Amino acid sequence: MLTIDAKNVDFYYSEFHALKNINFEVEKNKVVALIGPSGCGKSTFLRLLNRMNDLIDGTRMTGTVLVEGKDIYAPGVHVDELRKEIGMVFQKPNPFPKSIFENVAYGLRVNGIKDKTFIEERVIESIKSAALWDEVKDKLNKSAFALSGGQQQRLCIARALAISPKVVLMDEPASALDPISTSKIEDLIHELKKDYTIIIVTHNMQQASRVSDKTAYFYLGELVEYDQTVKIFTNPEKLSTQNYITGRFG
Amino acid sequence: MNTDHNIKEKANSVAYQDSKVEARKRRSQAIAFSIFKLMSYSVVAILFLILGFIVVRGIGVISWDFLTKAPEEGMTKGGIFPAIVGTLCLVVGSSIFSFPIGIMSGIYMNEYATGNKVATFIRIMTNNLSGVPSVVFGLFGMALFVNTMKFGDSILAGSLTLGLLSLPLVIRTTEESLKAIENSYREGSLALGATKLQTIQKVVLPMAFPNIITGLILSIGRVSGETAPILFTVAAYFLPKLPTSIFNQVMALPYHLYVISTSGTDIEASRGIAYGTALVLIVIVLLVNLLANALRNYFSNKVKTN
Repeated sequence: MLTIDAKNVDFYYSEFHALKNINFEVEKNKVVALIGPSGCGKSTFLRLLNRMNDLIDGTRMTGTVLVEGKDIYAPGVHVDELRKEIGMVFQKPNPFPKSIFENVAYGLRVNGIKDKTFIEERVIESIKSAALWDEVKDKLNKSAFALSGGQQQRLCIARALAISPKVVLMDEPASALDPISTSKIEDLIHELKKDYTIIIVTHNMQQASRVSDKTAYFYLGELVEYDQTVKIFTNPEKLSTQNYITGRFG
Repeated sequence: MNTDHNIKEKANSVAYQDSKVEARKRRSQAIAFSIFKLMSYSVVAILFLILGFIVVRGIGVISWDFLTKAPEEGMTKGGIFPAIVGTLCLVVGSSIFSFPIGIMSGIYMNEYATGNKVATFIRIMTNNLSGVPSVVFGLFGMALFVNTMKFGDSILAGSLTLGLLSLPLVIRTTEESLKAIENSYREGSLALGATKLQTIQKVVLPMAFPNIITGLILSIGRVSGETAPILFTVAAYFLPKLPTSIFNQVMALPYHLYVISTSGTDIEASRGIAYGTALVLIVIVLLVNLLANALRNYFSNKVKTN
């Protein structure tokens, strides 16, 4: 079964037609990069997948989005339950003003888990999966704000992993980070692929080519081309794709 | 080439050589800053002048007896204890009423009804409410709470009236404090499967709390100094005993001050007491403000670590 299967998706911000008839599929345990110039709709599309766009007034969506066969826009779907299954990492690290431990435990707690040992195990496991353990193991009770930007972003990844999502959405997760932190995040994505399906929006073409299996190129609200990353970056079908990846416009 | 050269030369002469223009710019800059500085210093000076005036005249009557005894001999002797207690009752009473309503309205407006017409309407009405003169609140409180609802002149009626008066301030500061919290924190929480309510409870409110608390305490300062709203709803001219129920009348500091300065039995003889009362009132408000600052610092340190 496909992990994500979007069919004929159209999306509007009031009158603005932001996404035009998008058809998009993602298989399990793949990393898919969404690329395209600013305003092309790639972030909008990413935020459709966990219904984050619901938070914006005046938006409208048609078409269907299936996650593991379930229509996430069907009436009766509770968004909070949906979002448990689809984790998200944001452009700017946004840890909560809580301790490192509590940041990661947050998702478990709000989902009603009370078992202390379970929470502790899960928190430690998640921090390890996010390749942050060695740096924070002695200060789990310290404020998350005391961490560096790169560490904060990995903490946010750990936070997303703690609730065992099926899919992890990343919205330019490294754009606010220095090159070393960026490469750590990229290594991490490689690791996470074993257990998660990852969709990442990025402005960085090298990053897309390094981390992803497949790449989708968006332009002016359309999904212009979607193929194996190797193919997109070496021999794209469309001229528009080629112009973008070679930096001739963007 | 030639024109390029000319332009450069001109630019140079403007930038470095026209010293008259430069001197004039610097002079007007210096004058402007001096005026701004003078104005802001004068604000401080006015505050100190008022404080100094009250302290000098009032400090003489301050004593343990003054703070703990009831007025005596036609309010020309004795203390102001009942008025202090009365003001405290009104502050607590109005807070019980205005804090929950104000905070919840603020949360509704900023977190639930963002951008919709209802919120805009509530916001406009709140602003209008804060523009209503306090004596009108007093009149309204008398009509509604004292007469129609038959609470009589009582702590209850006075507290409700003062509560109404401070509501806009509480709503406003709550809303502003919530607005200051970046949306990315809300999104981060929602993306983990938290409901909106959980997000507000566990992330947004703790972060906004230091500022909300400040707003609340400033509203207490406002309430404790108001005279007009309690005039027709609770304040007693002279009542040397402490209240035993919320349906009792009480004395209150601002009204007591008004009474002994304008319509006491012997205004000249109670002049000292008037300044003493003013001093107590000012000290209470200052203490409340200091408390606001201390609490804000305490909570903003606390919120980061757990």
